[in-house]
Amino acid sequence: MNKVVASSMEAVADIAPGSTLMIGGFGLCGIPENLVAALVTRRVTGLHTIANNMGVDGYGMGLMLEAGMVDSHIGSYVGENKLLEQMAIAGKVTVTLIPQGTLAERIRAGGAGIPAFYTPAGVGTLVAEAKETREFEGKTYLMERWLKADFALIKAWRGDRQGNLVYRKTARNFNPMMATAARITIAEVEELVEPGELAPDAIMTPGIYVKRIVKGEKYERRIERRTLRSV
Amino acid sequence: MGLKDAEKRELIVRRAAQELRDGYYVNLGIGMPTLVANYVPAGVQVILQSENGMLGVGPFPLAGEEDADLINAGKETVTEVPGTAYFSSADSFGMIRGGHIDLSILGAMEVDEEGNLANWMVPGKVVKGMGGAMDLVAAARRVIVAMEHTTKRGEPKLLPRCTLPLTGLKVVDTVITEMGFFRITPQGLVLEELAPGISIEQVRQATAANLKVSEDVKTWQI
Repeated sequence: MNKVVASSMEAVADIAPGSTLMIGGFGLCGIPENLVAALVTRRVTGLHTIANNMGVDGYGMGLMLEAGMVDSHIGSYVGENKLLEQMAIAGKVTVTLIPQGTLAERIRAGGAGIPAFYTPAGVGTLVAEAKETREFEGKTYLMERWLKADFALIKAWRGDRQGNLVYRKTARNFNPMMATAARITIAEVEELVEPGELAPDAIMTPGIYVKRIVKGEKYERRIERRTLRSV
Repeated sequence: MGLKDAEKRELIVRRAAQELRDGYYVNLGIGMPTLVANYVPAGVQVILQSENGMLGVGPFPLAGEEDADLINAGKETVTEVPGTAYFSSADSFGMIRGGHIDLSILGAMEVDEEGNLANWMVPGKVVKGMGGAMDLVAAARRVIVAMEHTTKRGEPKLLPRCTLPLTGLKVVDTVITEMGFFRITPQGLVLEELAPGISIEQVRQATAANLKVSEDVKTWQI
């Protein structure tokens, strides 16, 4: 078994126009920066993206937006991306904003074979429009459905040839759930190792979920808000 | 009322920090609420949760220590403390929805007499998204709104009814502004404490909501 592909370009070569993509990361932390860059090079259009954020203006998924590759987006926060805000208000991209926990759980449910679940988040708000509600133990909950995708593009710190993955610090975020919820999950890693080199107890995403793994060509590891304290 | 924005914020976050109790697991919202961490009372240990997947959020790093893989929910670089734990976004919101967070402190655009909260969008103008706020207010054991009393244009933010799209229905427990400390009760909005130098009349003038004043209203001491 060898899931390794030689390059990010090769890893995303079969992503067709109109595909639904989950893209990992929170802000710019833990984003699959090489896979996104390859996709931007290919200029695949008509994409439906599912990601917590949309990069920032001029970087990450922001580049996909600027290149006109995105038709619709589901996420929870777009505050860093002025272009998306403008395009959403102008109706150029269909943006669906949902609570962050609902987004995470819908993706988890998609990967775990749970078609729907009930959550208290969003009851009595715009999010609840046209959704079924139900009372449990005296409290109202909202029914939310699973999310699935054609492809998930995710980023891990270390991975082996069988697709077992380990994430680092807060770069884990949405990556583990997305790995489970797509037909084809493509993982980019900073370090690619041989099976057995990752401690079995430390593996966070078991390789069963990962179809392709690629060692990222280059890591800019851009920081969105460099906040420091003085000594 | 003469205070600069930074002074207002310091007043608000200092009072909010007095609500922390030893052993609390606390989620601080983006912006002003994050500053509450700077004023944790002596003898009180709280563990900060960041919804992007971290328990035990430490202070900002020193120059050269910053790590692109270590940020808070405001995307600011942070550090670990002894006991820090990392987890996925699904686990993070599991602990939030599951009612394991003792206290959520967050900002608001509007709060009304019933404890309804609006803080995520202005139709046709501002589309930022709710992030984790809807999950947090729906399930945290206590929700404190820390906000400036009026908008930048001087308009009241404490209203009879929210006009903006809601973040949560009947979710706010306490509101802390640079003018006072308020509770949302079954009888409506109650002023319990005044900020130093503020009169009940000044609060009334800056508040659109029907304001009840506690019988033993006093000026807060910090």
